[in-house]
Amino acid sequence: MMYLLFFTLFIWIQEKHAFILPRDEVLWALPKTDKQAEDLQSFLNTTEVILWQPVVVENIQKDQEVHFYVSASNTNRIKAGLRQLTISHKVLMRDVQGLIEKQTLNDTANPRSSSSYYENYHSMTEIYHWMEEIVRVHSDLLEKIYIGSSYEKRPLYVLKLSKRQGNPKSAIWIDCGIHAREWISPAFCLWFIGHAIHLRERDQIMTTLLEHFDFYVMPVMNVDGYEYTWSKPSNRLWRKSRSSHSNSGCIGTDMNRNFDAHWCGHFPLSFHLSPVRRDQPCSRCKHLSGRGASPNECYETYCGPYPESEPEVKAVARFIRDHKDIIKAYITMHSYSQLVLFPYSYTTDKSKDHDELESLAKKAANAIRRTTKKIYTPGPGARTIYLAPGGSDDWAYDLGIKYSFTIELRDTGTYGFLLPSAQIRPTCIEALSAVREIARHVLQNL
Amino acid sequence: MAELPPTHGPASRAAALATAYISHRHGSPGHGWVLRDVRRARREDIDGIGHKYHLEFVLEDIFEKDSTVNCTAEVLYHLGNEKSAPDVQFTIEGELENTDEAHNAFYNRIQSLKKELEAENIPDSYGNVPPEMQPIRALAWAASGYVIWQNSTENTKYQLAQIKHVKQVKRTDEYLEFDYVILLHENVSQEIIPWQMTVLWHPQHGIEVTQNSCQPKHALD
Ligand SMILES: [Zn+2]
Repeated sequence: MMYLLFFTLFIWIQEKHAFILPRDEVLWALPKTDKQAEDLQSFLNTTEVILWQPVVVENIQKDQEVHFYVSASNTNRIKAGLRQLTISHKVLMRDVQGLIEKQTLNDTANPRSSSSYYENYHSMTEIYHWMEEIVRVHSDLLEKIYIGSSYEKRPLYVLKLSKRQGNPKSAIWIDCGIHAREWISPAFCLWFIGHAIHLRERDQIMTTLLEHFDFYVMPVMNVDGYEYTWSKPSNRLWRKSRSSHSNSGCIGTDMNRNFDAHWCGHFPLSFHLSPVRRDQPCSRCKHLSGRGASPNECYETYCGPYPESEPEVKAVARFIRDHKDIIKAYITMHSYSQLVLFPYSYTTDKSKDHDELESLAKKAANAIRRTTKKIYTPGPGARTIYLAPGGSDDWAYDLGIKYSFTIELRDTGTYGFLLPSAQIRPTCIEALSAVREIARHVLQNL
Repeated sequence: MAELPPTHGPASRAAALATAYISHRHGSPGHGWVLRDVRRARREDIDGIGHKYHLEFVLEDIFEKDSTVNCTAEVLYHLGNEKSAPDVQFTIEGELENTDEAHNAFYNRIQSLKKELEAENIPDSYGNVPPEMQPIRALAWAASGYVIWQNSTENTKYQLAQIKHVKQVKRTDEYLEFDYVILLHENVSQEIIPWQMTVLWHPQHGIEVTQNSCQPKHALD
């Protein structure tokens, strides 16, 4: 019951402004040995915490996560105690007061059907819990497929949404969270699954689509980077993965430049040999202009040491290659700038399906305009933004998945990556209308 | 003069620069402008001088989404000289809303603070901006327009991403002074660039960036 209660909470973390007091927190701890489990039991018995998971202290076991609520005045003391016991721990939620206040509004019998859950951003830890829970409750429709692990060894999951009617059907792939700071993107993937599960009866088009398609939905591809953007405010605008490929001191590869599609364009060798250190003066910004990918690991568009060097990219590429005969459309969600993009990004040349893809992108943008009046601009990647080799959409297209799209969600810069959670709902509604439009077209052309 | 697809990179970058420039010239604690849509774009290649973009576009207010203005602008990027800021000339269709009252209210509120205002992370990670910080953000929006204009080239597209830190500096004269560290997002390189700027403002005299400089990235750690 306590465990369920945990799921009813939305995450709404109030960030620290200079004038805000410390907040109550929920801590996460993981005893790795029987001794540590025992130590943690007696420690929690003698301190003022409220255990959330497991239900009672006696049920704490090694290798099982423990979640507990700590009031603001105790957090430092409790953390020091855990450090002393060398039990690994971290903050699971900040500002729990806010959560608690909202908690009672929810339908506790079926917490995840609460639509407000999908109108907030969620941490990686919470998204893992959500996947576990939703797949357990809706095992008739959902399957969680493990496709590999990240650089920091987090599991990578794809959710298969399927009505299970025997024969393997055609499928549509949707991935979110290639870039860590684009929080609206994972929010869409969660929302999409939530919509399909809870509202499909009321959404005739969705019902029809599920008759004909399975959906493979990857809620977060860049799990390490996403986790990192949640760790503290100064990491919020992190874009890349968290891998390290050199001793330059710079971390991370741009996953959307790491796919094997004209990977990293053409650069003179000298460019590779003179790494820019991260303490380089600011003038470097101007030297970079016009480059859609960089062989230098200190840049935000670093393409990695070789194609698919990132375990996350490799895992996704392998899965899609293995299923390429059934995957009829590839859709990847990014932000921000409100665009519906299609291949190519690695060249300004037109693809052989340019006309069809362009007319479909226009139809998707029109669907959005009808839905929320927002203007999304359709166009081929390289011309609409800039030349960018190594992108996932180009790779999927060249693999033979003709209907390949990158959707850049809200907004056009007012909030940019920091899109207020109040805009999650309208953004997801409009993006869904675009996905439906694409799926419908694919269905007519199977 | 060559007609350009208005949705393509070069046109949208030039329009973003014009938007930043207009934000600087017409921005205030009550208004900020963001590009909604480019309607038409043409490029003129002037021998030995540079590229001149002729643009028609629509701006929307960062506070009131339904408030839009139609603009035209000419943006000239000087050839081979990235050091000098592009020339921008613009016209706005119709009148901009008068916000003197809001300006005076903001001015008086800040003047009456017992302790200098200080804040960080606006918006926060979840996009929240406390109402009392909206004018502080709008001021940064206008001031960043100046920095963006000064540092833009034909191949860059900058946008204010976040105010990392802002601190009011006490003055003996009538101006308000704020010392900002902002983060700019450059869309082509995808870099996040910390920038320091000192901003003066007075309801009658408008906004002035008295000093600004790019900061190394590790300054944030
Ligand atoms: Zn992205």
